[in-house]
Amino acid sequence: MQPSKTDIIARLQKELLHLQGHKNSLYDALPSFDLGPMKKAFPNAVFPAGAIHEFFCFGMEDMAVTNGFIAVLLAALMHNNGAVIWIGKNRNVFPPSLVSFGIAAEKIIFIDLQKEKDILWTTEEALKCEGITAVIAEIQELGFTSSRRLQLAVEQSRVTGFIIRPHPRNLATACIARWKISSLESVQEDGLPGVGFPSWNIELLKIRNGKPGEWQVVWAVDHFRYISKTIIHIPAQQKKTG
Amino acid sequence: MVKRFVSIWFRELKTDWFTIRQPPLSHVPFVICIADHGRMIITGINSLATKAGITSGMLVADARAIVPHLQVQEDVPDLPEKLLKRLAEYCIRFTPFAAIDLPDGLILDASGCTHLWGSDQKYLDEINNRLTARGYHIRSGMADSIGTAWAIARFGKISPIATPGGNAAALLPLPAAALRLEKETVERLTRLGLRYINDFISMPRSAMRRRFGEAFIIRLNQALGNEPEIIAPLHPIEPWQERLPCLEPIAHATGIEIALQKLLQRICHRLQQAQKGLRKAILKTFCIDGRIESIEIGTNRPSHNVVHLFKLFEPKINSLAPGLGIELFILDALNVTDAIALQENVWKQESGLHNIKLSELLDRIAGRFGLEHIHRYLPAQHYWPGRSIKQALSLDEQPTIGWKIEHPRPLQLLPVPEPIEVTAPIPDYPPMLFRYKGKLHKIIKADGPERIEQEWWIQEGQHRDYYYAEDETGNRYWLFRSRHYTADKKTRWFIHGFFA
Repeated sequence: MQPSKTDIIARLQKELLHLQGHKNSLYDALPSFDLGPMKKAFPNAVFPAGAIHEFFCFGMEDMAVTNGFIAVLLAALMHNNGAVIWIGKNRNVFPPSLVSFGIAAEKIIFIDLQKEKDILWTTEEALKCEGITAVIAEIQELGFTSSRRLQLAVEQSRVTGFIIRPHPRNLATACIARWKISSLESVQEDGLPGVGFPSWNIELLKIRNGKPGEWQVVWAVDHFRYISKTIIHIPAQQKKTG
Repeated sequence: MVKRFVSIWFRELKTDWFTIRQPPLSHVPFVICIADHGRMIITGINSLATKAGITSGMLVADARAIVPHLQVQEDVPDLPEKLLKRLAEYCIRFTPFAAIDLPDGLILDASGCTHLWGSDQKYLDEINNRLTARGYHIRSGMADSIGTAWAIARFGKISPIATPGGNAAALLPLPAAALRLEKETVERLTRLGLRYINDFISMPRSAMRRRFGEAFIIRLNQALGNEPEIIAPLHPIEPWQERLPCLEPIAHATGIEIALQKLLQRICHRLQQAQKGLRKAILKTFCIDGRIESIEIGTNRPSHNVVHLFKLFEPKINSLAPGLGIELFILDALNVTDAIALQENVWKQESGLHNIKLSELLDRIAGRFGLEHIHRYLPAQHYWPGRSIKQALSLDEQPTIGWKIEHPRPLQLLPVPEPIEVTAPIPDYPPMLFRYKGKLHKIIKADGPERIEQEWWIQEGQHRDYYYAEDETGNRYWLFRSRHYTADKKTRWFIHGFFA
């Protein structure tokens, strides 16, 4: 049978990805969790686990929402078994709240350090450690060199790294993906009073070999519900970096 | 195994110490004295002063009459004890079992040690030379029992070493006082004409017990080696200890690293064979100038992994100051526990808390920044937000109760609630507006209140009514009012957290 045109294109795309240093085996799919329309933005429609993701946030409210989105991803990555290291400076994460996202909060090890340098060292060491599932680090200033080091560490160990950057200044980093999560008005079904399910505006500002996009979702206990039409856009400045 | 003991007698312990600190004193007669009821009583005399006829307990004024240019030094309280402790520590290079024998001696258990120096004679010579070089006047004796070694060191005239099994022969020509007897017993023996041990050793024991008491018989038996004598070593022997004496003193980091590697390999081999792992280890370095320095590590999980333990020690090696050089390394495993041998996992990489790589990573972090930076939380049986979590004590500790998820809890919890200004309708409604850090938030939706009472048996205070509120931009907050509305007191509102 003659291979169809789309098959050939798909194969060529895969080869191209490989040539671009994007090894297919590097990215494990998020097990037992379907991200829905969002996954079309990722290379091969697979959420890149085993890579470094950075999250921009401005203020405490953003931090809470970002942590919420990370918690959703963590729950999928951990399968209730893996261990997670959470490194921060002024960490305010309240472990019992993570339980409602399906995370066994006792499996998270928090490391509180004051100096950025120490946080970077610990993050790199943790990312090199194959025994853990994910590392979450709050780093304000992440240079290109240090982000490249983190990415290289991850490529060996296949640990997923989430770097939360409050008020970032430097934009040129070697991270695979860059996100910005902000809160949306919660939606209560049938106009009932009270606060409904948390709703987020998820912006994927940059993704290597993928298509950045923006989605409005509702976190309904165990799955995402998309609110409006997905807009795919590529900001002008993002074309250069990555 | 034949037991061998060495007794060291510091004849002029106190005056030697003063002479070491003030070398000119070695050429003049000098005494140490202590003030007592307005008189100065001599408590220590150096050899020159002894020759001139000064004895202990004499008054300084009397002694000055004999030797007009006598130097007098003030006594230091507890000096012998401190000095002997330091000397015993120094003597650990000869045997791990060194004990203090107050007021002026040391006892070393040299069993199985002497062959390392060649022979008993060479061993004892080494001790004599080392201590004499430090400036102490000593006499030493070696025998199968502590009693005989003590006797030879103080009263022996023939040879400082009693041959194995030759306790009795060595004791025979010594005076009765060599048996460490009480003064009255010695006097009574002398009055009876029993000046030397030779005179009474063959007498029937029952007759001697009747005349001189049980203590006398015990001392005699101890000297002969028929009765065990218990002494307390300065440092109790660590079963998990490795020693590395160096031929040449080591004064650089590479040398220390090699020594550490060797010690770790030895101790880890032993630990592995015993299926144990160490939780805490200390490396002590004995420098030539008598200083002892140490570095310590701890692990989360019992470990006998040389590479890992070395990594923990590595950053601390720089803190060791070798000075002129280190001549002895001792690695002590202070805390050794059973380590369950893990089977190699071929198919699945386990990434839970029981992963060895994770505990090794945490050890490294703890070694660098301190254990207080690492936290893990377990649920606690409280509703009050600050107390609803507790620190896990170890990596193996599992939660005994489930996490509570029936009420919403914020992802970001402020360590201390911050006051906010609100506009709220009475009595139990959530606020309509609140101002936090200068920014006005208009509340659109809210849930609550959830009342959390103070636990009066822990802390006094007001209850809190918590509201889960959302403002016009969709940010979600955890606010609370900290008391009922009352006419006389102002009710205060706080922000305590941020929801996702």
